[in-house]
Amino acid sequence: MERVNKFFQSRWGMVSVGLSIGILASTLQKLGNPKNMGICVACFERDIAGSLGLHRAAPVQYIRPEIIGFVFGAMIAAFLFREYRARAGSAPIIRFMLGFFAMVGALVFLGCPWRALLRLAGGDGNAILALVGLASGVALGVLFIKRGYNLGRSRKAGPAVGAVMPLIMFGLLLLLIIKPVLSSGAPFFSAEGPGSQHANYLVALGIAVVIGFIAQRTRFCTMGAIRDVILMRDFHLMSGVVALLAGAFIMNLIYGQAHWGFAGQPVAHTNQLLNFGGMLLAGLCFALAGGCPGRQLFLSGEGDGDSAVFVLGMIVGAAFAHNFTTAGTPYPNNPANWGWGPAAIIVGLVFCVVIGLTMRGTATSRA
Amino acid sequence: MERIDCRGLSCPLPVVETRKHLEILPSGGKIEVLVDTGTARDNVSRLAQREGCSVEVRETENEEFILTITRK
Repeated sequence: MERVNKFFQSRWGMVSVGLSIGILASTLQKLGNPKNMGICVACFERDIAGSLGLHRAAPVQYIRPEIIGFVFGAMIAAFLFREYRARAGSAPIIRFMLGFFAMVGALVFLGCPWRALLRLAGGDGNAILALVGLASGVALGVLFIKRGYNLGRSRKAGPAVGAVMPLIMFGLLLLLIIKPVLSSGAPFFSAEGPGSQHANYLVALGIAVVIGFIAQRTRFCTMGAIRDVILMRDFHLMSGVVALLAGAFIMNLIYGQAHWGFAGQPVAHTNQLLNFGGMLLAGLCFALAGGCPGRQLFLSGEGDGDSAVFVLGMIVGAAFAHNFTTAGTPYPNNPANWGWGPAAIIVGLVFCVVIGLTMRGTATSRA
Repeated sequence: MERIDCRGLSCPLPVVETRKHLEILPSGGKIEVLVDTGTARDNVSRLAQREGCSVEVRETENEEFILTITRK
């Protein structure tokens, strides 16, 4: 166990995990997931919100087993390595709203940081400015952290607090397996569009459990990768992110899934200002909340109730984004790309700046 | 020996707080950092090693970790 732990903490452990995630994500596309969307935490949580009927965008409704598997995999790893700790209490309402606006921003671009990397690995040039936006948002977050930004301490909590998110995921898994027929129509499953495209659910679940496990062990985090480079010139996490990109890129070439260009990319648009702005907001939210959406799922699997609240904020944010048409669309003249999307980004940025400036404290005052 | 309490702080605050103290730690000096998650334990250990310090990790009965960092 000790040797396994040492490997996961090493640079090579991080590179192996990044490479594995890239390879597995690209393979999920080959197995049926939407193009350049082998794994997208934002899109998949949005699909779950749709399946539950929280929004009614018919093409994006499915209970994605990848999200469930991430939580389960991280939970298994945390138990095996004695790292499961039920904890909560660090400004949960702020974390909820950070999750909310992170999702609003990510859906303007149409993807989380993982999908931004996968889109780039698939040849989608629109991901370039999105990644620049993400890095800019994280850099802004680092400025706040340097000025003393702090959401306060979490506390040890009863076992029920840590069990909530895994139990929610278990309930979603039951809905996916049983597919109950209710008069309301819920749970909804897309007949066409991205929500209808998916790998076999058991295969997807299995792959996601593996990713959840290895990501929990290495603390893999796309936002943390950028933050650590800016804050400390530490490239440990970044080596995993680069490996993810390389793994997905190589597999896309092997599978013939790479198509270079800007126009006509799958589940994407070419409004570069919105690609940048959406991920600027998302990056800032992730930095202020201490983890990318994948990392928040892994943390919620290891008992972190605050991360679970962030995840719930993202799911509600997804519902809002589709109900209020702030999500980007592949059609450039759609009003969502010009009206509510930019307005939502501005509101989100104002919220984040206020939070960044006002949430402060002497971090170690309890010593 | 100074003890820094980083329990309950989310990423990257344990590392940020520890680094502040390491910057003024003289050669041969020691600090103790108290953390309560494996992530904080690993991140603070990696920071200390990158800064050229030695780290000794001790787990308490409360499932917390005390990291003793010594500037070489």
